[in-house]
Amino acid sequence: MGDPLFWHRLQFGFTATYHYLFPQLTMGLAFIIVLLKALGLRSGEGRYNDAARFWIRIFGINFAVGVVTGIPLEFQFGTNWSSFSRFSGGVIGQTLGMEGLFAFLLESSFLGLLIWGEQKLSPKGHFGAALALWLGSWLSGYFIVATNAFMQHPVGYTMAADGSIQLASFRSFLLNPWAHAQYTHTMLASVVTAAFVVASIGAFWTLKGLHTEQARLNLRVGTILGFIFSVLVAFPTGDLQGKLVAKYQPITLAAMEGRFESGPRAGLTLVGEPNVARRKIENPIKVPAVLSFIAYGTFSSNVKGLLAYPEDQWPQNIEMLYYSFHIMAGLGTLMIAVMGLAVLLLWRGRLETNRPLLWALMLAFPFPYIATTAGWAVAEFGRQPWLIYGLFRTAQGGSPTVHAGYTAFTTLGFAGIFTVLSCLFLYLIGREIAHGPSSHQA
Amino acid sequence: MQELWFWIVAVMLAVYVVLDGFDFGAGILHLFVAKTNEERREVLGAIGPFWDGNEVWLLAAGGTLFLAFPKVLAAGFSGFYLALWLMVWCLMLRGISIEFRSHVPDGLWRHFWDGTFAVSSLLLPVLFGAALGNVVRGVPLDASGTFGMPLWTDFRLGPQPGVLDWYTLLVGLFALATVAAHGSLFLAWKTEGPVHERSRGLAMNLWGLVLVLWALASLATFLVNPRMLQNLMKAPMAWAATLIFLIGLALVFTGIKRERFLQAFLGSGTFVLGILAASAACVYPVMLQSTLDPAFDLTALNASSSPHDLRAGLAWWLVGFPLAIGYSAFLFRFHRGKVKAAGEGEGY
Repeated sequence: MGDPLFWHRLQFGFTATYHYLFPQLTMGLAFIIVLLKALGLRSGEGRYNDAARFWIRIFGINFAVGVVTGIPLEFQFGTNWSSFSRFSGGVIGQTLGMEGLFAFLLESSFLGLLIWGEQKLSPKGHFGAALALWLGSWLSGYFIVATNAFMQHPVGYTMAADGSIQLASFRSFLLNPWAHAQYTHTMLASVVTAAFVVASIGAFWTLKGLHTEQARLNLRVGTILGFIFSVLVAFPTGDLQGKLVAKYQPITLAAMEGRFESGPRAGLTLVGEPNVARRKIENPIKVPAVLSFIAYGTFSSNVKGLLAYPEDQWPQNIEMLYYSFHIMAGLGTLMIAVMGLAVLLLWRGRLETNRPLLWALMLAFPFPYIATTAGWAVAEFGRQPWLIYGLFRTAQGGSPTVHAGYTAFTTLGFAGIFTVLSCLFLYLIGREIAHGPSSHQA
Repeated sequence: MQELWFWIVAVMLAVYVVLDGFDFGAGILHLFVAKTNEERREVLGAIGPFWDGNEVWLLAAGGTLFLAFPKVLAAGFSGFYLALWLMVWCLMLRGISIEFRSHVPDGLWRHFWDGTFAVSSLLLPVLFGAALGNVVRGVPLDASGTFGMPLWTDFRLGPQPGVLDWYTLLVGLFALATVAAHGSLFLAWKTEGPVHERSRGLAMNLWGLVLVLWALASLATFLVNPRMLQNLMKAPMAWAATLIFLIGLALVFTGIKRERFLQAFLGSGTFVLGILAASAACVYPVMLQSTLDPAFDLTALNASSSPHDLRAGLAWWLVGFPLAIGYSAFLFRFHRGKVKAAGEGEGY
C-alpha cells in the first residue's frame, strides 16, 4: 500500500471503470436516437419523436456525468503517469488531441441543440443535430480506442534519440488493425447496452400497464436491436478480437483461459477456478479442442500455456483476468439467448403477454454493463505487465515525484465524489422514468 | 516548427480562457446580479448553450500540449499534483451544478447548486491564475526535468516555493477580477431587465479593479522575474500584444460608456487575449522555468516531440482548429439576441 504504483493503478482503473458506465450508454443511445428520429421523419408519426424526446433526456443526464467523470482521466496521464507521458506523448498525444478538437467540440456544440432546440429547429434540423451528436460520440470512441490499441499492439512508431518514441507512420498508427477489431467490438457493445436499457424500460412500462403505445415501441426497438447487436458483438467482432489476442498476446490468451500446460486440441474451460500457486484449474468443465479452434481456426492447433513463457512476462493478476473473461463471455451468451427468445416471441406477437420474459428483460439491463466492464478488464489486465505491450512496462510509467500519500488522498476523494454523483444520478434518472414520456414538445 | 507549436498551444489556451472566462464570470456574479429563480435561469440560459463547448477547449489545449511538449505536461501536471486535482474537482462540481440544477423544481435543491456553481466558478480562476503565476515565477525543476511542489510553504518566494505564495495568489486575484469583469459584460450584452441593469452597474467597478490589480501584478512580475522585463523590451511580439490589450481596454471603456455591450465584450476578450499573448511572448522559449538553475529550464526547444510528430500534428490541427472555431461561431449565431428565460421544465 505504500507503493505509489499500486495507488496510480487503482486510481486509473477505478476512475476509468466508473466513467465508462456513462459513455457506453450514450454512444449506443445516440445511435438509437438517430434511428428513432429517422423513423419519425420518414413516417411522420409522433410516437417516434416522443420516444426520442424521452431518451434524449436520459442521454442528457448520462452525458453530463460522462463529461465530468471523463475530465480526470485526461489529467491522469500527466499527474500520475508522467514517465509514460514523457515516453509516448508525441505519439498518443496525437489521438488525444484529435479527440478534443474533432469529436468533443462536435458533441458539446450539438448536444444543446438536440436537448433544447426541438422547437427552434425544423424536424430535419433536429435530426441533423442528432446525427452530429452520434458522429461526435463515435468519433470520440475511435480516438480513445485507437490510443488503447496502440498500448495493446504498438505500430507505426520508432525510437527517438532521447529514448522516447516518435511516429514513424501516422497512417499505420491511426489505422492500427487492433483498433479496427476493438472499435467495432466496443461500439456494437455500446448499442447492446443501450438496447437492453430501452427494452428494460419498455418491459417495465408494459408490466405496470403504463404508457401502452410507448411501452410497445420501446420493447420492439430494444429487443430487435438487442438481439442483432449482441450477436454481432460475439461474432464476428469478439471472435476477431480473440484471434488478435491469440496472435499478438499469446500469454494473455493462456492467462484468460487459466491454461498452464501447452499442447494441441486445447479445451475451452467453461467453469473452474484457477489456482496459480499450484499451476492448475480446480473443478474444471472443459469442451475439448474448442480453444484451439477459436484461437487458430483448427482443432489440432497447439495452444501454448503459461508455463511456456518466463514468469516475468505473465500478467500479474491471472485470477481477475480469468474471471473477467469468463464473466464477459458467459453473460454475452446469456444476452444472446434472452434477446433471441424475446425476438422470437415478438415475431409471434406474444411478447407483451409473456410476464416471465418481461420480468427477465426488465431485470437484465445490468448484464451489458457488467459484460462491458469485464471486457475492458480483460483488455487491461491482459496487457499487464506492460503499459505499452512488449515495449514499456507499467512499473516504469508512474510519476517519480508523486508519492503514495498524494495519490491515496485523491483516490479517496474520487471515491467520495463518485458516491455522491451516483446517488444524484440515480435520483434524477428515477425521476425521469417515473415522469415517463411526454407527447408535447419540450 | 517548435516555435510554431509554442504559439499553437498558447493560442489554444488563450481561446479557452476567453471563452470559458465569460461563463466563469457569470458563475461568480450570478448570486449578485440575479436574485430570483427566474433571473438565475436567465443567467444559466445565457451561458447554457456555450459552457460545455467552452470547457472542451481546455481538453483540446491540453491535448496539443501533450502532443507537442510531453515533457512540459509530464513535469507540470505531476509537479502541481494537489493543486491540479483541486482544479479538476472544481471543474467537475461546476459542470454538475449547471446541468443538475434545472432538473428538480425545488427551492433548496436549486439554492444548493447555485452556491456550488458560485464557489467553484470563483475558485477556478484563482487556481488558473496561480498556475500562470507559477509559470512566470518558476518552479524547482532539477536535472531530471521533474519537480514536486507542496500546495504552499510559507507564502514567500525562494528556491523552494509552494504552488500558492503571495505572488501567485496576486496573479490569481487578477485573473478572478478579469473573468468576473469579462462575465459582467457578457451578461450585460445577453440579458435584459434587472440582470442587465445590475451587470452593467458592476461592470464599471470591476474594470476599475482590473486596472488596479493589473498594475500591481505587472509590477510584481517584473520584481519576481526580471527576465520578463528584459524580454518585453526586446520582443516585438510582446509589443504587438501589449498594443492589442490596450486596444481591448479602450474598446471596453468606450463600449460601457456608449452602452454598446457587444463591443465592450469583444474588447474584454481582446484584452484577455492580449495579456496572455504578451505573457507568452515574454517567457518564450521557456515553458517551465527552473528556480534552481537556468540550465534545467524546460523550453519549447528542449522539451518538444520529434519534428515528425509535430508535422503530423500540424496537418490535422490545421483542419481541426478552423472547424472548432466554426462550431463556436455557429453556436453564437444560432443563439444570437437577448436570452429569454425558459419556461419550467425546459432550458436551464
